[in-house]
This record gives sequence, C-alpha cells and structure tokens, in this order.
Amino acid sequence: MNFDFTEEQIMIKDSVSRFVRDEYDFDTRRKIVESEEGISREYWSMFAELGWLSVPFAEEYGGFGGTVEDIAAVMEELGKGIVVEPYASTVVVFGGLLSASDNSALKAELIPSVIDGSCMGSLASTEAQSRYEMTDVATTATACDGGFKINGTKTVVANGGTADKFIVTARHSGGQFDRAGINLFLVDASAPGVEVKSYKMMDGQRAATVTFNDVLVNESQLLNTAGEGMDLIDQVMPQILMGLSAEALGIMSTLNSTTVEYTKVRQQFDTPISSFQVLQHRMVDNFMACEQTKSMLYRALCQAGEDDSAALLKTVHALKATVARYGKLIGEEAIQIHGGIGMTDELNIGHYVKRLMMINVSFGDGDFHQKKFNQLSYSA
Amino acid sequence: MDIKFSAEDLAFRDEVRDFFAREYDSAIVAKLGSSAGTDYKEGIVAWQKKLYAKGWIAPGWPKEYGGTGWSTTQKFIYETERGLAGIPDVVPFGLKMVAPVIYTFGSEEQKARFLPRILESEDWWCQGYSEPGAGSDLAALNTSADYAGDNYIVNGRKIWTTFAQYADWIFCLVRTSKGMRKQEGISFLLIDMKTPGITVKPIVTIDGKHSLNEVLFEDVKVPTENLIGEQDKGWTYAKALLAHERTGMAEVADSTRMLDSLKLRARVEVNGGKAMIEDPIFQMRLSDIEMELMALEYTELRVFASMAAGGMPGPESSLLKIKGTEISQAIHELQLQLASYYGGALPDNLDADELGHNFAFEARGKYMYGRAATIYGGSNEVQRNVIAKAVLGL
Repeated sequence: MNFDFTEEQIMIKDSVSRFVRDEYDFDTRRKIVESEEGISREYWSMFAELGWLSVPFAEEYGGFGGTVEDIAAVMEELGKGIVVEPYASTVVVFGGLLSASDNSALKAELIPSVIDGSCMGSLASTEAQSRYEMTDVATTATACDGGFKINGTKTVVANGGTADKFIVTARHSGGQFDRAGINLFLVDASAPGVEVKSYKMMDGQRAATVTFNDVLVNESQLLNTAGEGMDLIDQVMPQILMGLSAEALGIMSTLNSTTVEYTKVRQQFDTPISSFQVLQHRMVDNFMACEQTKSMLYRALCQAGEDDSAALLKTVHALKATVARYGKLIGEEAIQIHGGIGMTDELNIGHYVKRLMMINVSFGDGDFHQKKFNQLSYSA
Repeated sequence: MDIKFSAEDLAFRDEVRDFFAREYDSAIVAKLGSSAGTDYKEGIVAWQKKLYAKGWIAPGWPKEYGGTGWSTTQKFIYETERGLAGIPDVVPFGLKMVAPVIYTFGSEEQKARFLPRILESEDWWCQGYSEPGAGSDLAALNTSADYAGDNYIVNGRKIWTTFAQYADWIFCLVRTSKGMRKQEGISFLLIDMKTPGITVKPIVTIDGKHSLNEVLFEDVKVPTENLIGEQDKGWTYAKALLAHERTGMAEVADSTRMLDSLKLRARVEVNGGKAMIEDPIFQMRLSDIEMELMALEYTELRVFASMAAGGMPGPESSLLKIKGTEISQAIHELQLQLASYYGGALPDNLDADELGHNFAFEARGKYMYGRAATIYGGSNEVQRNVIAKAVLGL
C-alpha cells in the first residue's frame, strides 16, 4: 500500500509548481486573460518543451506513456495557479479521446502534433439543450457521397476559439436521446462550413459556439466504431473527471492556505482575526473538506490502477459530487472570511472561486453525479 | 498509488476472519445483544478471554508485556476485520487506557501486579477523569488527594464514569498540589473500587439505559504505592495516553457495516408500498453519508500508510475522530428515520417482532446514545481547537 507519488511524478509536479510560482503570478495571468487570444502561446510552447503535453500519450507516438495519476499530478499544480492555457481541453479531454480511439492512422498523424504544441484541440459535444447529458445529440451526421455531412450547433465549447481541431459528437442514427448512433468525428477548425464564435467565460478561460453547416467528413476522421461513440466517451470520462478534480483540489488547497494566512495578518478589534474561535472552527471544517476530497481522488486513482471498472465508476461519480460540494463550501468560505477584500476583482480569491464553479459544471455538476452514483448503488 | 496488501498480510487477514467466524459464537452474541447489564459484562468478558487465549487481546501493547508483535499493517487488518464482522471492541479502560500508562510510566512492581490481570480480563477498570466542573477543560479538576504518610486521602466527585458499576479498579486524575498552573499539581492514582468511602451512583442516559455513573470519594485511603510515576506529573502521563489513543478513532469498518445493514433495511421498509431505498430523497441522504465514508476510508488508509512506512501520521489524522463520529451519527439518524413512528415505542412490555420493525428499538437506542460520540474523547469542538492550533497554526 502506498499513497506517494513516484519520483518521476514528483519531478513533473515540481516542474509545474516551479512554473506557477516563478512565471505565472496573478498579474501575468491577468494580462494573458485580457490578451487577444486569452492564452499564451509562448507558455504553450514551453509546456511542450518541458514535456507536459506528452504526459498521457503512448510512447509509440512520442508520448511519456503516463497514467491518470500523472495527469492528476500535473492538473493539481496547474490548479494552484489557475492556469488558463488549455491543458484540460487539449491534453486530457481531446487527447484522451484520441488515445482511446482505434483509428491508428489518425492517432499517428495527430498525437505528435499535440505533443509538440502545434495542435490544440477540443471536444465539441455540448448543445444548447443538452446540459450534462452526453447522449442528447441533435447535431447530425448524414451519409453522403464520400462520407458524412455534419449539421448542428455546439455551444460553450472549451477553448473553441484557439482549437485547431474539434472532436464533434454527431448523430448518425436513432432518436435525439439514444445512446446508440452517435459518432465522434475529427474536424478541422478551418474546414469549409465550420464557424467559430469565441467568447469569455467567468473563470478567465474562453469558450465558443461552433456551428457546422454541411461540413464534409469521411470514415478516416471517425474515432469510434460506427455508431458507438458513447462507448469511447464513457471509457475516457473517468480520466477526465479525475483530471478536473485534481485541478479543483489544487484550487481548494490554495484557497484554504491563502485564507488561513490572511486571518493571521488581518487585525480587527486589536487582534488578528485568526484568534476568533468561530473562524478557527470554520477553517478547520474547510481543511477537513479539502483532505476528504483528496482522499476521494486518491481512492479513484488507486481504483483506476485496478481492473474493477464498476467500482471506479461509482467512485468517480462520488468524486465529482464531492468536489462540487466541498468546492462550493471552500470557495464561499474563502470569500466570506476575507470579507470586503474577498469581493474585489483585484484580489485573486474570487478568480480561484470562479474556476471552481466552472469545474463544478463541467461534465456534470454535483447533483448530476450524485444521481448517477445513486442509480449505480441503490437501484435493484 | 495502490492499496495492495502482501500475500502474507492477506493470509493473516484470512486467519483473522476465520478465527472471528469460528469463535464469535451465538452464545456471546446473545449476551452482548441483551439489554440486561450483567449479561453484557459476561458476554464481553467471555469474548475477551477467548482473545486472550488466542494471544490477540492486546495488539497495541509491546510484545514484552503481552502484545502481539504485529506490524502496523496487521493491526490495521485486525481492526478492520473486527469492525466488518460487527464485533465490539474490547472494553478500552484497562487494555487501551490504563495499561499503556502503567507499562510506560509505572514501576516494575505495578506492572507485575496489574498488567497480567488486565490481559486476562480479571480486573475491570474504569476511568476517573471528568468531574462536574471539569469536562472539556479537564485540567480544572478538583478531586483532591492529600498526602498523609503511607496514603493519599482522596475526596471529590468523578462523573460520566462508564461501567463504574462493574469496575474493580478506577484510574483517576487527582489534584495533589495547588497554586501553580492548573496542569501542574495533578497526579495519576490507581484506586481499588472496594475501598471504603467510594460510592457509585447510576446515571440513566437518554437512551433509557445505565452505563454511566457518578463516583463519589469521601476520605478514601489510597496507598502511595498506587501512584503512577511522580506526584504532580499526572497530566503528562494522561496526555501521552491521549496521543496513544488518537489514531484508530474513525471506526470506518464499523460504519461500513452499519451502513450496509441500513441499506438492506431500506429495501424492506416501505412507504406507500414502495421500498424506502427507491425514494430519491432518501437515496440522496444515503449517498451523502456513503460518499463521505468512502473518502474517510481513504483518509484512514493514508494515515495508516504513513505509519506503516515508519513515519508519523500526517495532519489528516486529526480529522479521523471528527469525521468518524459525524458519519456514525449520520447513520444513526437515517436508521432512526427509517424506524419512523415505530421507533418511538419502548421495549418495556413490548416485543420487537410484535412491533413489526424489529430494528426499531435498537435504532432509537443507538441514535440517542450515539449523541455521546461527539462529546466524549475530547468533544468535537475541542478537536477543532486542536486542529486549528496544531495543523493550521492559528
């Protein structure tokens, strides 16, 4: 039994942590967020050089051959700096789906370009009506000469504005809510008929509405066995949820330590407010919330290394629900205990909180996952 | 990261399981389940004697005094299997509380006199710490022990003394000197319950049962040979004992078993003809607890893993008591919610099966007595003070 990161993992964790500390202070981040593209391509190239973009990919494609534990190690440290560069959407989500695909020609072509930083990608799955239900796909892929034509609109596509490629969920057959009949296509952002409208999100990241008008794709761009795209998504989802949860954990621990330090220097009634028992107990509750979240993440990481996918699935639902609950607690407490200054845009606290809020609603909020957990646990 | 056990550890786990399955028999279960007090005592003593015969009565003790010599991993496995099997822990006052003080700070003569009888469950011990004016602020205690030649003369009142009605001995914190810091001037005394001047008064708790007592001392003569270590240094010994106690308070295995039985029960209990477990709101309440317990299980494993690696438990160990007791109380609450109106019935002249919900008495009793879990062993508020200071540096 052990819960330590390996030496390799510690090295990469340290490398991300050093970057956040030395190069990614809050002012730097603010300038990036306010820039034209909302990300720093210079830093993205640096991530590539440092090998961070290669972490989850197989060695045969030039990757590091890492596991979800390695992803979690990186994501937790990125969370501590609320880094806005599209690591989650490109490497964890887009890269994860690509890795899990059987389309080896596509993988051989694309994975090296993700690793070297020249290709950013994003999953275009959410539609205006679909909320968290991945199977709710109204976008269509209609068979035509030489392949399929994609028609439909995807909304709030993470980092859609900077993505070079999309993985698009499109329905080939069945009704709007059917699990079967969904295909995942790789589509170039510059392909004829693709229209991208980018906008800012409250957490400093960008998203886009991506419209597909008779976009022509062929079999070679298909990631999954025809009609079984949901299997591919389900296969990768635990990894996505663990990655985002690790990012959330990094944010939660940062909020907690920042808040504790603040109470030690903030004086009211002629004494540091850290001396007030009511605040002490609340900060202890926040500390416990963070430790419990970490334990749940570790539970998921341990189970990911075993062969019990049913147990893992239950745990990742519980993990995402826990992140939602305790993320909300810690975020709201951080603002409250900071007082008026916690309300300001100038202070970093609110920005950490907003990223937690967006993680909460990414790929299902707490209630969504708790209901899934209940179905798996209590239904006959 | 992994939670794999070695082949040797798995073999040990099987041995423990096998022993529990064989030896924790129906006769003992019947006695422990009985509401009559002396049956409980007979049952637990009979079980402890079986553990003694097996050599497993004191896993926490050093081997030279009768411990098992188990590794940290083996101790963890043993405790987990005990909880999962629904076997109560040994009565802690002798084996887990006074014995470590005796073998750490006691004289050779005291070790020889008391330790074997504790191991054999020949002496029943109780704990004389709390007083009417000294609860969470234990150092405010007032029971006096005046030095008089070969004896101390003890006067005062101890309260919340669990199982004092069965006890042969009580270990007490008493005040031997005044006028300094209140933590100083406290001594650790072992007192024979048969000594003249001791009166035990029952305290009936809100579950309608009697396990707590008040113990009165009126000019009780205690031989000075019953003093542990040095006079006025008792607080130090008691604190060392608390540190000894701190790990293993999450009782994850016990809560896991309780929750499993709650889930089974929720399939049987109905409302409007529909099983309670199908009710979406009930499911949410259930999973609120289950998810917290899943996390706590790994918090406990993290603590255990760092101890097994020879290190000290990290800051996460401090939350075990708070979260462990909050979870067990939450399970009790949901159990009582399931017992609903029927849970209000008292067993005086009523049979549980006659009620139609044979778990209802127990659900009420466990809920009511379970409120104590966040009060004893350092109330959860005091635990928060400790974490605030020791972990957060506030």
